[in-house]
Amino acid sequence: MITTDICIVGAGPVGLFAVFEAGLLGMRCHLIDVLTQPGGQLAEIYPKKPIYDIPGYPVVLAGELIQRQLEQIAPFKPTWSLGEKATDLQKNPSGDFLITTSGGNQIQAKILVIASGLGVFEPRKPPISSLDDFENKGVDYFVKNPDAYKGKKLVLAGGGDSALDWTIFLADIAAELTLVHRSSRFRAAPDSVEKVMALSQSGKVRLMLDANVTEVHGNGRLNKVVVSNKDGWPTHLDTDYFIPLFGLRPELGPLAQWGLNMDGEAIKVDNTLDYQTNIPGVYAIGDINTYPGKLKLILCGYHEAALMAQSAWKRLHPNSMFNMKYTTVNGINGF
Amino acid sequence: MIDKDLVQIKVAGPNATVVTLPAPTNMSLSLMELLKGNGYPIQATCGGMALCATCHVCVLEGYEQVGEPASDAEWAMLDSLFNTTDTSRLACQVRIGHACDNMLVKILGDT
Repeated sequence: MITTDICIVGAGPVGLFAVFEAGLLGMRCHLIDVLTQPGGQLAEIYPKKPIYDIPGYPVVLAGELIQRQLEQIAPFKPTWSLGEKATDLQKNPSGDFLITTSGGNQIQAKILVIASGLGVFEPRKPPISSLDDFENKGVDYFVKNPDAYKGKKLVLAGGGDSALDWTIFLADIAAELTLVHRSSRFRAAPDSVEKVMALSQSGKVRLMLDANVTEVHGNGRLNKVVVSNKDGWPTHLDTDYFIPLFGLRPELGPLAQWGLNMDGEAIKVDNTLDYQTNIPGVYAIGDINTYPGKLKLILCGYHEAALMAQSAWKRLHPNSMFNMKYTTVNGINGF
Repeated sequence: MIDKDLVQIKVAGPNATVVTLPAPTNMSLSLMELLKGNGYPIQATCGGMALCATCHVCVLEGYEQVGEPASDAEWAMLDSLFNTTDTSRLACQVRIGHACDNMLVKILGDT
């Protein structure tokens, strides 16, 4: 059990800045993110894209902004549950929140801040019937532990960078590797495409182009897939693993079940006050929230984080006088 | 009088219906912004960076004339979908210009 003042769901730019604003007021934070690195979509999806509307930076790369923010919050020593999804929200008799993660961790916090942006990044799953039945029983959407594939028969599907990079990496480990791609052309990085073509020519990788995996079979565990070509002609392949790599897609995720007032895929908050949701002590900031006039800008998320932190402090110290101090006067007093 | 800065974009709906949208060519609009602005339920999660596929459309007529062809980044995204057609585009990557006049599109999304 991890005990903290504020539990933040989502470690994107706004979640990270919330750590800073909370830290200035002496509140400790724990962050949960389904991605294995902090930074959300900025780090995961477009680290090399330039951003032009962060004050003080005429231009900054998304990945660099995250690095700078991590540096900025370091004095406040946040703790992390990365690679985990926040799955359950309960309220303790004491009034504290109890958040459970997909990794089996429990976080007890006085305040919950949802800064989950686009939502939870989930793998895009191909429309194959009974695919779900074999998840973690031969069907993997991520390569988490390459050693598990040592000496095994693998079928990978996809035509992007991730599919090609893993094909190149796993070709040396697997007993057999087949890559299935729906098109006859790859759009991944040219040097990866060249490497995969070379592996195909040397017989280390079997390429099936203009084809899709259309069926999965097994007896409790996956042992066979059916690959269909453009004309629907089926090929049966014995395999130990099927690894579809079709990228990530944001989903709202478990928080849809937490009793929050929603407007479509966004959480309604009180923007006139502090970005609190309909559950007292639960705030939503950044792209995940909505209110009249909402602007989905990182800049606006930062502002929301600052107001949230002031309100959270008042909730935690109902009988104390609040005294706002500027960093220029007080400096940064870390933990 | 015909406005020289206006083109017509046709959107195929259910039951063979077609809605025609007037579209300004001088506002640097993308097809995604036009569709969203006209109330079509496109999430445009990534805001127009070709990083999600919620604005995926099939161009039924006028595909060749659309203007700028799809970039590698756009193709990479389209390649990861399961409902991509030979004339698929991400609407956020289609700039509304005179070349788009009378194009007919159908919204497919990320499914």
